[in-house]
This record gives sequence, C-alpha cells and structure tokens, in this order.
Amino acid sequence: MSGTANPALTPVKNPGNATRLSRRRKRTDLVIRSLSLVATGIGLVFLASILITLFVKGFGAMNLSVFTEVTKPPGSEGGLLNAIVGSLIQVVLATLIGTPIGMLVGTYLAEYARDSRFGDVVRFVSDILLSAPSILIGLFVYQLLVLPFGGFSGWAGVAALAIIIIPIVVRTTEDMLSLIPNTLREAVIGLGSPKWKMIVLVSWRSALSGIITGVLLGIARIAGETAPLLFTSLGNNAWSTNLSAPMPSLPITIYSYAGSPFQDWIELAWAGALIITLAVLLLNIGARSLLGRGK
Amino acid sequence: MSTGVRRAAAARRGNLGDALFAGACQAAGGFVLLLLGGIIVELFIGGLPAFRAFGLPFLWSTEWDPVSEVFGAGVSIYGTVVTAVLAILLAVPLAFGIAFTLTELAPPWLRRPVGTAVELLAAVPSIIYGMWGFFLIAPLMAQYVQPTLIDSLGEVPGIGALFQGPPFGTGILTAALILAIMILPFIAATMRDVFEQVPPVFKESAYGLGCTTWEVMRGVVLPYTRISVAGGVMLGLGRALGETMAVTFVIGNANRISTTLFGPGNTIASVVALEFGESETGSLKLSALLALGFILFVLSFIVLATSRFLLRSRLKG
Repeated sequence: MSGTANPALTPVKNPGNATRLSRRRKRTDLVIRSLSLVATGIGLVFLASILITLFVKGFGAMNLSVFTEVTKPPGSEGGLLNAIVGSLIQVVLATLIGTPIGMLVGTYLAEYARDSRFGDVVRFVSDILLSAPSILIGLFVYQLLVLPFGGFSGWAGVAALAIIIIPIVVRTTEDMLSLIPNTLREAVIGLGSPKWKMIVLVSWRSALSGIITGVLLGIARIAGETAPLLFTSLGNNAWSTNLSAPMPSLPITIYSYAGSPFQDWIELAWAGALIITLAVLLLNIGARSLLGRGK
Repeated sequence: MSTGVRRAAAARRGNLGDALFAGACQAAGGFVLLLLGGIIVELFIGGLPAFRAFGLPFLWSTEWDPVSEVFGAGVSIYGTVVTAVLAILLAVPLAFGIAFTLTELAPPWLRRPVGTAVELLAAVPSIIYGMWGFFLIAPLMAQYVQPTLIDSLGEVPGIGALFQGPPFGTGILTAALILAIMILPFIAATMRDVFEQVPPVFKESAYGLGCTTWEVMRGVVLPYTRISVAGGVMLGLGRALGETMAVTFVIGNANRISTTLFGPGNTIASVVALEFGESETGSLKLSALLALGFILFVLSFIVLATSRFLLRSRLKG
C-alpha cells in the first residue's frame, strides 16, 4: 500500500543480514517514537508558556480597581469594568439568540433530514460557517446592520457573535442527538406521542448534557472573539450599557491597550488577557468534565 | 363519544404541533443557508466599486496607496498564502507526533489529560496568541532564532535568500510560527480521531507479523487514514488563512513582498483589521477592504469545502 517495500513484509534473503536489518528497523522505530514524544512535549511547552506569561504579567497588573473602575486615560488609575460588563452583555445576548436557532438546526439535521438532500446542504454550509474566518462575519454584519442603521452598535456585536455561536451549537446538537438509539424514539412514537413531543421530551432531554457542553464551548469561543467586534460594536472607553450605541468589550480593549505606547495600559491589557483566558479555559474544562460525567 | 372527540382533537393538536415544530426546524436550516449566502452577497456588493475601479488586475497588483486611492490585493494575498502554507509545514509534523503519541505511545491514563491540554491550545483566544507572540516570541526570535538561522542557513545557496536581512523578530516567519501553534490542535485532534478508527484487527495482524510501532503506523494506519489526514490538514489550512488578531500583532504590517522570511508583510485579514478604522464610509478604500474580504471568503471556502469533502467518509462514520 505504501509504495516502498515494507521491510517487515519482505522475506529475508540473506540470514546474515537479518540481525542488522532488525537492528535498523528498531532504531528507526525508536527515533520516530522519540521525535513524536518530543513533538507532544513541544505542544505542551507552548501551552505552559502562554499560561505562565499570562500569570506572571497578568497577576502583576491585577488589583481591585481592574474590576471597579472604568477605562481611563493613561496615567490615571483605570480599570476594565465597562469592558467586562460590555463583554458579558454581548456574549449573554448572543448566546440567548444563537442557541435556540442552533438547536433547531441541529434537531432538523438529526431528526428530520438524516438522508435528505436539503439536509446535506445545510450540514455542509453549517460546517463551513463553523470554520469560516470570524473577521468576515464581522464585515458581513457591518454591511448588514452597521451601514444601513446609522453606525456601530452593541446589537451589531451581538448579531456577529450569535452568527459565530450558531454552527457550534448545530454541530454538538446533531452529534448528541445522533447518539440516541432509535429504539428509544420508536418506543415513544409507539405510545402514540406526536413527533415534536418525542423530540422535546425524550431526544433533547437525553442529549441535554451534550448540548449544554456545546453551548459552553460556544460561549468560550465567542467570549474571546476580537476581529468581528472591530466592525460591529467597535468599543467604547466610557461606561455604556446602551445596545444601540458603540459598546465596550474586553477583547477590543485588550487589543487597543496592548498596541498602545503607555505602560499602564499595556499592564491593564495583560490583566484583561488573564481574566479572559482563565474564563475561557475554565469554561472549556467545565464543559469537558460535564460531558465526561454524562458518558 | 366525548372521549373520541377529545382524542381526535388531541391528535389534531399533535399534527399541528408536528407541522409547526418541523417547520421551525426546517426554517432554521434555511436561515443558515441564508447566512452563508448573505455573507457572499454582502461582501461582493461591498467590494464591487473596487472590482469595477481596478478590474481583474486588483488580484495581483501590489500597490496600496490610500492617498492616490490605488489599491491592489497582490501583497496581502501573497502574505496570506505564504504564512498559511508555512504554518502547515511547521504544524503537520508536530501534529502527527502528537497524534501518534496519543494513539499508540502514551500509556492510557496519560492520553486524556495530554489530549485535553492540546485541545486547550485551540481554546486560547486569538488575541492572546497575538500578545504572547508580540511580547514573548518576537523578542526571542530577534535575539536567538533569527541570528542562528542567518548564521547557519543564510549562506546556503538557493534557500539562503530566505534567511537574510535584519532580525526584527516580527515578520512572515514569526507569523507563520504563531499560526502553526494555533492550528496545531485542530490537525492533531483530527489525526487522533481518524487513527483511532482504524480497526484493531488490521493493526494486530501487522504486529503479529513482527512490525514495529512505526511500521504499523506507516504501513497500516497512515494508508488506511490518509484521505482523512489530508482533510485534517486542509482544515488547518482553512483556519490559518483567515486568522486575524494574532497575525496582526506579529507580521510587521508592511505592504511589500519580501524575499526573506524575516521581512515584514501583511495578510488579507490583518490589512482589513488594521486599515478598517482609517477608512471613511463609502470610500474606495473601504470597498477595497470588502473586496479583500470577498477574496478571503472564496479562498477559505474552497479550502474548507475540500477539507469537508476529504473528511466525509469519517463524518458518515
């Protein structure tokens, strides 16, 4: 299959060579196995390096005013309160909008359209959206909601994040529903229940922990998204909970502060980076342990 | 009689409920199609003035002059493709090593925690990679990696030209390195998943013939999974093409094509992210940025669709 002759499968012509051949094969095996372990080590070192950098620089800049003060001009004691609240508002609203849509699409794919042509197209498109560059979703929402409706707004940010979370929820919902045995469905239908009741009361309930996992992973993903917010909610240096105006968010504040020439802003950016990474990683670990328990 | 009527009414309600629920699910599916269609159409409409003004040469023109309003996509398309391909070259061997370790080498109790740790790399937000790359990796590149490469490979005929020039730390190579780390978990996870799907009987027969672990991987597992592995690599490529924030931090952001990998450059996504704030509504520059977005969409669509096509056998399970 692999083109070149596999030494293990070629008959040994000269028995005297056999031990040498065997030694060479073992050496190759050892070298590649070691390199693989090194590769894994490198991957783990990268993760450790990111976390250590964040902890060292982030904790150094962390203090109470990060959580109690809003962003201020360089030189004055400022915090990230408005950015944190803005992020929370946008992420929560995007999740509330995106989750039901994503669940319905996932349900359609798993319960109604397993072998339908239209279902295949929806599945394909949803998977493309899942990996599509998020910056393009930002540009799309800019064209759709920012230009025609008179400027950057929190709602536009919410829309962009909702579009990003939908395919994540679709994927997990479909995957989780596909794991449910058909006999369970047949039993419910056999009792005379309408299909929608079967789906809501049995399928969704059986898949609940999996779907929650998907939603949590989705929240973790959109909480760190920066690029789409550049063109939608833009960011705001003042306290703002008005969704019709430009709205601050943690990733945008980190982006503009990290690129600034002011030392105290850069430190605040590290504090924000630590907050957001811890939140995202805890969400991920929580989601995974939830799924692990469900199994 | 009255129970019969009630039952009939309940059945009708069930039918109505079924119709409504099925309709809602199907409508949501249609909505997803509308989203993708909307993205294509809106980006194209937004880019139309630029496409009209510069025609097909927009694709390869290397000019980007906001003052005289002449724009071309050549440099950023080049930067996008070069960084993504370099990232793949760096990430694939590492991803293979990780997948090999996780499926064949590591003791079972270690597989889950190591696998989770690698997957957490995928969860770290892009902007964090940008800061880490800019404040930690770029100085390391400037101080150690790039001088070493210049001394060792800079004089080699042929490839030497790639490793010359002042070691700024930022640039094409650093961007590719950060991208490689970011796409590593996606490729590794796909490889691990497909390696695990090889029927154990196949591997056991090869072991029974006396194959070493690597020979089983090369002779049985890789041939069995090669199409899905290619799909995983394409998925990584698709991710690398559109990555924005991390690249913006470390690529150096200059509109020129450097012969050396240490030189600064830009990518479609980094140009859009950086220049957008300085573009006026309705300007030709904004249209050029949307046109860039459209080109990026077409590029990543082709790559991601190929990836899905290659992975379809795995998806059908």
